[in-house]
Amino acid sequence: MSAANAADEMKGQSLNAQLSNDARLRYVLRLGDTSLVLGQRLGEWVGHSPALEEDLGLANLALDLVGQARLLLSYAAEIEGKGRDEDALAFFRDAPQFTNLTLAEQPNGDFAQTLVRQFLLDAWQLEIYEGLASSSDTRLAAIAAKAVKETRYHFRFSSGWLIRLGDGTEESHRRAQNALEGIWRFTDELFVADEVDEQVAAAGIAPRLADLQPRWSAHIDEVLGGATLQRPASIPYPWHGKRGVHTEHLGHMLTEMQHLQRTYPGAQW
Amino acid sequence: MTQDWPLFEVFIRSRSGLEHKHVGSVHASDARMAIEHARDVYTRRQEGVSLWVVRSSDIMASDPAEADALFEPARDKVYRHPTFYAIPDEVKNL
Amino acid sequence: MYTQALDSLGKDCLPAGSTQGSALEARFQARVDADEKIEPKDWMPDAYRQTLIRQISQHAHSEIVGMLPEGNWITRAPTLRRKAVLIAKVQDEGGHGMYLYSAAETLGISRQQMIEQLLAGTAKYSSIFNYPTLTWADVGAVGWLVDGAAIMNQIPICRCSYGPYARAMVRICREESFHQRQGFEIMLALARGSAEQRQMAQDALNRWWWPSIMMFGPSDTQSKHTAQSMRWKIKRFTNDELRQKFIDITAPQAEFLGLKIPDPQLHRDEGSEHYRFGTIDWSEFQAVLQGNGPCNRERLEARRHAHAEGGWVREAAAAHAEKQRARAAQAA
Repeated sequence: MSAANAADEMKGQSLNAQLSNDARLRYVLRLGDTSLVLGQRLGEWVGHSPALEEDLGLANLALDLVGQARLLLSYAAEIEGKGRDEDALAFFRDAPQFTNLTLAEQPNGDFAQTLVRQFLLDAWQLEIYEGLASSSDTRLAAIAAKAVKETRYHFRFSSGWLIRLGDGTEESHRRAQNALEGIWRFTDELFVADEVDEQVAAAGIAPRLADLQPRWSAHIDEVLGGATLQRPASIPYPWHGKRGVHTEHLGHMLTEMQHLQRTYPGAQW
Repeated sequence: MTQDWPLFEVFIRSRSGLEHKHVGSVHASDARMAIEHARDVYTRRQEGVSLWVVRSSDIMASDPAEADALFEPARDKVYRHPTFYAIPDEVKNL
Repeated sequence: MYTQALDSLGKDCLPAGSTQGSALEARFQARVDADEKIEPKDWMPDAYRQTLIRQISQHAHSEIVGMLPEGNWITRAPTLRRKAVLIAKVQDEGGHGMYLYSAAETLGISRQQMIEQLLAGTAKYSSIFNYPTLTWADVGAVGWLVDGAAIMNQIPICRCSYGPYARAMVRICREESFHQRQGFEIMLALARGSAEQRQMAQDALNRWWWPSIMMFGPSDTQSKHTAQSMRWKIKRFTNDELRQKFIDITAPQAEFLGLKIPDPQLHRDEGSEHYRFGTIDWSEFQAVLQGNGPCNRERLEARRHAHAEGGWVREAAAAHAEKQRARAAQAA
């Protein structure tokens, strides 16, 4: 191989690496943002739950999710290589740069809305983290190995509550069914793959979303059955939270979350 | 106002090989929830590897008024303890 | 977190003269004097039981209401690390409330009764939580000062004569050891930060100092119930002893932070090696205790709201459990 050819070859490889690195960064950010936004929402409950024991339970979920967000955002910052860290990513990006799933940012509403949102995302994260355990990206695989244990408990917690609410009183059944109808429209985004999802799947970094959907769906149906709740007819709307196009709710959440860092830029806390 | 959920007593095995030990109680509507509450309340700092929960109303306890009758009679049965027996020091493995 | 309890007790908590001479009571006191623990099913004077119920439930309420001022900053914590720490801390307060409600339940009162008393405004909780957390520095000041004062009060209760209360306190004290440190760490970061941050820290100290030292309760000369509680070994040190100890420990910490305690009379007395401090304005303490503090309404309203909004959830879980039982019975 001539020197010129070798140089071309290297350029080609680094271009490939660059492309897949971009996708890797965006993919890791999406996971991290989804955990962060969901954890932030759960944090709003602490001290206000229906029973003291649930305050502790919801706080535990929030802590796991904030912990996942820290690992994932730190990794994203490293991939990015621009000297940012987890906090720079969490506190100095505006809504269009946040790439969480739209479902995660939906307001807490009542306990049923919170638990339905949690349940749908727990089931999704469970599939994702299980798939990531065999990722070609060893760092991501390690994060997923830790997160999958946490998520199994989250799913146990939220599905238990869904069954109690669905198969509880008339009022709780009505509230749970309403919550489900209200946010089901955000579930399409969980499995619609875009170019980022396709690239990371092709590179063996992440599981293929289409492969995960049947299992997610089966999990959901099983629990909904036990809860005597009806699976809503799918109303597809192409939400693109993972590409930075959000509902109005995210901006307000970030305003609150980022308030101190934005007011005192450069300060150490 | 609604009634409290039933009370459950919580027992934790702190490490494998050790027995379960009473640590406190939680309110829960059912056993599954009681396990979750016990986990969320009593194992936040890796206090355990296994949990038992039992409805508080299912625990039978001895009556403190009977303590003398129940436990005092064992006091003078010192021959149940190995130190009761005088064996010369030269004798080994006893 | 903390109880200031004993000094707001009612008349019914004083021992009744008629039972004082009784043999049961003498035997009970002998056990207490011998440092034996009293357990739930043991005989105990009714006044002892009522005193404990009141003190433990007030302590539990304090933990639960105490979740609110700090919880106020969970969504606004300035870094993800601080956010995780704060969630864990507020969660601990909830856990401590639970341990204490459980301990009180062994005395024959239900959690529901205690919560009803809190929501009806007939039960007291530590008045410190009726002060607002206005800036992030308040989260630091609460951890450093309020938890610091709480620990000072709680460590002696680990040796309280009532077994379940003592055991709950052992657990609580073990868990609380990180609370004060994280508060001080927040203050340290602010004190070493920008001029604005230092000002924020000083302002928080200015607002939390006096309420914190009032947490130990009225002066011994004003405190009617201390003697009986000490005889029962529910209380081990007097209010003034604990307050002095707290100030002696805290004043040098403020110095280290480069912050000024808002008491012009505060100085170290070389002879006794204690810090001497200015006169406490007890009228403010009384006003807050009577419900006229800055946040009394908000705190109780938040608890009432959470309880009312949670009613259908608690009912749903109970209804589901009932259905499960019925199904199991039918299947059998």
